[in-house]
Amino acid sequence: MSRRVAPAFALIALLVSVVVLGPLLSPYAPNAQLDIIALRSQAPSLAHPFGTDAVSRDVFSRVLDGGRVSLALAVLSVSLSLVVATLYGAISTLVGGVVDTTMRRLLDVALSIPRLLVLLAVGALWGALSFPALVLLIGFTGWFDTARLVTDELRALGTREFSVAARAMGVRGPRLLWRHLLPHLLPTLVISASFGVARTIALEAGLSYLGLGIQAPQASWGTILHDGAGVVETEWWLSLFPGLATVFAVLACNALGDALRERFAPDHVPTLATSLTASSAPSSSRTVRP
Amino acid sequence: MTATDAPLLEVQALQIAFPTSGGGTMASVARAVDGVSFTVARGETVCLVGESGCGKSLTALSLLRLVPSPGRIESGSRIMFDGSDMLTLDDERLRAIRGQHMAMIFQEPMTALNPVLTVGSQIAEVLRVHTTLSRQETWTRTVDMLTHVGIADAAARAKQYPHELSGGMRQRVMIAMALIMSPKLVIADEPTTALDVTIQAQILELLRHLRERTGMALLLITHDLGVVAEMASRVIVMYAGRVVEEANVVDLFAAPRHPYTEGLLAAIPKLGQEEDRLQTIAGSVPPPDALPSGCTFRDRCPYAFDRCATEEPALLQVGSAHRARCHLVEEPARREAPRA
Repeated sequence: MSRRVAPAFALIALLVSVVVLGPLLSPYAPNAQLDIIALRSQAPSLAHPFGTDAVSRDVFSRVLDGGRVSLALAVLSVSLSLVVATLYGAISTLVGGVVDTTMRRLLDVALSIPRLLVLLAVGALWGALSFPALVLLIGFTGWFDTARLVTDELRALGTREFSVAARAMGVRGPRLLWRHLLPHLLPTLVISASFGVARTIALEAGLSYLGLGIQAPQASWGTILHDGAGVVETEWWLSLFPGLATVFAVLACNALGDALRERFAPDHVPTLATSLTASSAPSSSRTVRP
Repeated sequence: MTATDAPLLEVQALQIAFPTSGGGTMASVARAVDGVSFTVARGETVCLVGESGCGKSLTALSLLRLVPSPGRIESGSRIMFDGSDMLTLDDERLRAIRGQHMAMIFQEPMTALNPVLTVGSQIAEVLRVHTTLSRQETWTRTVDMLTHVGIADAAARAKQYPHELSGGMRQRVMIAMALIMSPKLVIADEPTTALDVTIQAQILELLRHLRERTGMALLLITHDLGVVAEMASRVIVMYAGRVVEEANVVDLFAAPRHPYTEGLLAAIPKLGQEEDRLQTIAGSVPPPDALPSGCTFRDRCPYAFDRCATEEPALLQVGSAHRARCHLVEEPARREAPRA
């Protein structure tokens, strides 16, 4: 394994175990108002390592609980995106011809729509969204770039000699796609998922901070940031700790994505040169490793 | 001619064209294969010989209708296999023929095998596509086939991935995939080109052995005349997308009639030869979109004369089963006066 993969996996393992073990580690229930008079807005102490908030809830417990929500949202919505992207790419490649070209152009159009604006608009119009609704919303707006990867890679795979050899022995479209080509896509999909989870964690933090994502009293990193928004100077612990947690989680997921990409798709690792040219040709098909 | 005498494979006037980016309003095409005709009888071994770029691989792919786009088989071409018109078959029957009645062995096993599937599952895939055997039966037949193609410890090998096998073993796997359904015609596209000489000999021996066992017809594509001498009963020589000579193997080696064939034979180094330099055919194969007028070989031909520039020769009968596309057949005197 390359040098990067092991540390990245260690970070992810740490993240996942902390989040999964959350309920066991947190000293208090995340929404319990412990002592509204004596314990409100306390700075970090031994009893409350991350302090307490304006209604005397323990911030440490909330950060742990919030982590579960933030991560669950990210993982579920990215999984949804992956499934939709793969289906879209598969159908496009199977049908081929004009339909394929049209579907790819539609994808280009979708990629040019700024996702954040759409999410903000929906959030503003619909107000409070339930957790499932959020998963669906974020999932269905986030699959376009993965779909682009899938269509590009399936198209390239279809011209490889083993595809021709498979067709020469009578394998037809759907079977060729499912058994022979999709396994090649796994590294791409996993890498895309890693970066997607990182992006979605940050996205959720932003949306909930604005009041448009997870709703109070449910803890998430974004909602704790929201609680601490007006009092950053006086109650700094409400911003610092969820902020650090978000940074750590995003870092871990990006590190994993980087490590996997270096190991499995070295031609796609962006360098200064490729990132400069890529920004001027957004819908050019990427070169795929032969 | 009764039905059993009819050839297994009959190709007539095959033309494969690729669009070129020619200027002007007319979309021009380059014919990579232009008017190729040949037959293969049941159980016969025919070799298709020619340099890289002469269109032999495309011809092979066209038999299974696998010509890569944007190339297309032009109308007027005819491919009859075992009584079926390959070019007008519906998808269902085409799929049934591919891999089951007509199979192909590709040139480079490392690229023709799927790197993410085990070799066993790739061989089993042929069975799963064409039969309804149980998993157990499929597995048993896969391992048996691997043993038949000479792979030791077949059950263990079947669970390995292509990159874990040597080149010779990968080629045996490809042969297993092609032969597992006992097809009537096997097309082998340069099956030994990517292998060491000693492994080449083993693979050819394997093909000979399987041929005897199954009675299959073999269309062997190669540029190696040594392979031709070992395997063929009939030979078809191609140049620039056309058949330039066809004969049975003995006649071809003893008395070639086309200057290209003569050049190919002269280029083979021979034991005990005195010269320091190998004989070559000067020049190189012209690309399909820049063919010379008249005879396509004339720029490289030692005997070319004025008629060669104006008139493309037809495939003329030379002996009972021997034809050559050369004006020298009609004007043998020109042989006495080669150019420079």
